[in-house]
Amino acid sequence: MRTTITVNGEVRSLDLDPRTTLLDALRETLKLTGAKKGCDHGQCGACTVLVNGVRINSCLSLAVMHDGDEVTSIEGVGTVEKLHPVQVAFLNQDAFQCGYCTPGQICSTLGLLAEIEAGAPSQETAPGAKPTLTDAEIRERMSGNICRCSAYPQIVAAIKQAAEALA
Amino acid sequence: MSSVSDWEATANPVKDNRAGLIGKGVDRYEGPLKVTGTAPYAYEVQPPSPPAYGVMVGATIATGRIIAVDTAEAEAAPGVLAVWTHLNVPAQPPRGAKAHPRSTQGSKPALESDKVTYWGQPVAFVVADTLENATAASHLVKLTYDADTPDVNFAKRLSDAGQPPGEQDVEIGNFDEGFANSPVRLDETWATPLQNHCQMEPCASLAWWEGDRCIAHTSIQMVKPAQHGLAETLGIGRDDVHLLTRYIGGGFGGKGQTYDDLTLAALAARALGRPVKVAFTRQQMMHGTIHRPATVMRVRLGAEKDGRLNAFSIMTWTHCHKDGSFTEHASNFARALYAAPNRLTGHRLVRLDLPHAGPMRAPGEASGTMSLECAMDELAEKLGLDPVELRIRNEPPADPENGRPFSQRQLVRCLKEGAQLFGWDRRRPTPGQVRDGRWLVGMGMAAAIRGNFLLPAKCSFSVDADGVITVRQGMTDIGTGTYTVLAQIAAETLGVPLGKVVVEIGDSELPPAPGSGGQFGAATAGSAALAAGMNLRKAIAEMATSDPHSPLHAGDPAEVTFQDSVIALENRSETLADLIRRNAPEGLTVEGEIRPAQDAQKWSTQTYGGHFVEVGVDPVTGEVRVRRMLGVFAAGRILNAKTAKSQLTGGMIWGVGSALGEGNAVDPRYGSLINQDLAQYLVPVQADIGDLDAIMLDEVDDKANPMGIKGVGELGNSGAGAAVANAIYNACGVRVRDYPITPDKLLAGLIAQGR
Repeated sequence: MRTTITVNGEVRSLDLDPRTTLLDALRETLKLTGAKKGCDHGQCGACTVLVNGVRINSCLSLAVMHDGDEVTSIEGVGTVEKLHPVQVAFLNQDAFQCGYCTPGQICSTLGLLAEIEAGAPSQETAPGAKPTLTDAEIRERMSGNICRCSAYPQIVAAIKQAAEALA
Repeated sequence: MSSVSDWEATANPVKDNRAGLIGKGVDRYEGPLKVTGTAPYAYEVQPPSPPAYGVMVGATIATGRIIAVDTAEAEAAPGVLAVWTHLNVPAQPPRGAKAHPRSTQGSKPALESDKVTYWGQPVAFVVADTLENATAASHLVKLTYDADTPDVNFAKRLSDAGQPPGEQDVEIGNFDEGFANSPVRLDETWATPLQNHCQMEPCASLAWWEGDRCIAHTSIQMVKPAQHGLAETLGIGRDDVHLLTRYIGGGFGGKGQTYDDLTLAALAARALGRPVKVAFTRQQMMHGTIHRPATVMRVRLGAEKDGRLNAFSIMTWTHCHKDGSFTEHASNFARALYAAPNRLTGHRLVRLDLPHAGPMRAPGEASGTMSLECAMDELAEKLGLDPVELRIRNEPPADPENGRPFSQRQLVRCLKEGAQLFGWDRRRPTPGQVRDGRWLVGMGMAAAIRGNFLLPAKCSFSVDADGVITVRQGMTDIGTGTYTVLAQIAAETLGVPLGKVVVEIGDSELPPAPGSGGQFGAATAGSAALAAGMNLRKAIAEMATSDPHSPLHAGDPAEVTFQDSVIALENRSETLADLIRRNAPEGLTVEGEIRPAQDAQKWSTQTYGGHFVEVGVDPVTGEVRVRRMLGVFAAGRILNAKTAKSQLTGGMIWGVGSALGEGNAVDPRYGSLINQDLAQYLVPVQADIGDLDAIMLDEVDDKANPMGIKGVGELGNSGAGAAVANAIYNACGVRVRDYPITPDKLLAGLIAQGR
């Protein structure tokens, strides 16, 4: 099926098998292998990308459903030469070890920061209150991204460093 | 042969640490690639031509035979290039066969026969032009089985368990007598469940052929056995396999061996004449790769009224695959931990129709501390002693089993400093005394111990005409920080900035190192790197002092110093780059190696730590929350404060997982594991972890290796789960000795208490 997706600012016209997930379209068709396949069932978060600014598990979404969408994968966040402040923070705080969940954690962080900015509540937000970037909010909102190396404390520190840098 | 006394007596740049790079928490060498998603893991390497996609099919019985195969529909499916079962897989030498007698791994044929020995065993393989076509066709393979009744009930088979091959119980003194004569006794049994590694990257391989050579990218912790095993399986020379594993998405012991993804990718690439890649699905990982087996541990402690142990025993029952002999040595760690004149430790093994058991992070200690360190907590309560004090009273002056002096042992300091930093004095010894809203709050602690190892390894160092140092080693980095610490050792040894160091690892063509496992990686690979660096220093110094054009000419090469990319002799100097440009414009390469010291066995060498945990228990729901956790560790000189701490905190979180959530149950009907994905097998997530920190004490263990370092990758895991369990007891007065401590078990205890 002919599908047009804007990926990291570039319009990509693709002829896709309708069974292809957004994750496999990125990894196998477009060779953007930054988004990772950890479970293929939306249970680990390694495949997290931003679709129209909102974080999703790209393994749970068929690529053909994204005709006309804007997708940002880790490759669109920053480069080795020009790291995004979130990437700098993950590096500085050692917020990863094996690195396999990291692109998903970073894309998820970008989604989280946008959610906080937009005032979207979580289970940790007091009813009626505007959420702020507390440790509890970070832990709650990042629990869809598993890190088996368990860099969880370092990830919280990185997200706080990034938020400060972006403020 | 090297000796420990040489290591102790000889200065080296790592010990001198003139530039201060050793121990510094520098950012990860490969970090920029990982945070930008540009570090290619095995399945992501771009092959020279478009790859075909292989998908494995797992057996749906645990034991029996395949009696009929129907692949017609799969073969006719769109895009399918090959469908293999045991009937038509290309011939491979029999299991274990070695054409080359010195291969570190024999043949491991895939789709070996009609025999099925565990649920999920790869029994068919489909290759197609796309992943979607291969996946769809894999569902069309029809296999008919003659299934036997699986023998998988560990609890029922405990009485059949026997001595593991070649092992005997270790008894010192007379345990029975010592135990019987002890005024205070404890005799309890703990159970730990089967656990899965759940590395974030499922095992994956990509292979292609260049003439008669196989190029294989795979996700593996040890390079040489993988290269040798694949060569033996393919029936080709070992040099005809080029095996690469540059980035590895977690290992934890589960990638210490290859699986059929590698064999099938290589075979299919040869048969089809194009690259083929194969990955395990998350579901396939649970059965198709190794797991930590369940244990039952009986701990008996006999003490004097002052707390000194008279008698101590830990006996472990565990299981492995019917054709295997892997033993979870959950009793061994205890042999070096506490003093007691009468001691008995040993293991019993039963073979089941379950998938292969194998090592998982801190094999032995991870399970073993979950019993003994809780038993010590229970004993402390019986004695009316503080659990920290009980451990201090049983601190041995030398290794309690072999009498060897400790190379370094700061266990007591870890416990005392941990207690002070954590505020242990605020703990109420009687359980259930502290409330915070709906939560019952308690504190627990446990000791940590993990052995330290040094294995033979080689490394090469090169310097080029720009003064760049390149470290090359067939080592791996599974997230431990190998790239980074090798760069630090190289920069410190040759006196260059970190930006002037290149590290190349994960390649079978590089000087061999044993890889990542058993927390021996940094000490082993790093010591070989230091040796290579010292050889390069010597070669450079000799080059300079014998070069009439060098300002260092005619000086004593032993006096040459290396700093800021400049080599100097008194007040004469030149840049490293200038020297190499004149004398070796193509660069200069030397090798170095490390071997265990001949007299290393004279000392008992371990790493140590203490865990302190505060939990909240909800008495209505049985929910447990880890509120605070602190680990204090002593593990020799630390190469990188940042990456070492990450290893330790990661290990501690594994302990939290083992205490509260992780475990896989066996379905006795099919011999399968109940939890087959990450929604069912519960590893810790962000919200499970509260305020958690690790501290490393100053230490140098000059008897461990020339750098005085030890490993940290597994130490954090040892004891962490027991500390959580002890905190739960202190919070609510319920002891659950059957891990994990899930709300259902805790609630049963709370209800029995009348809460």
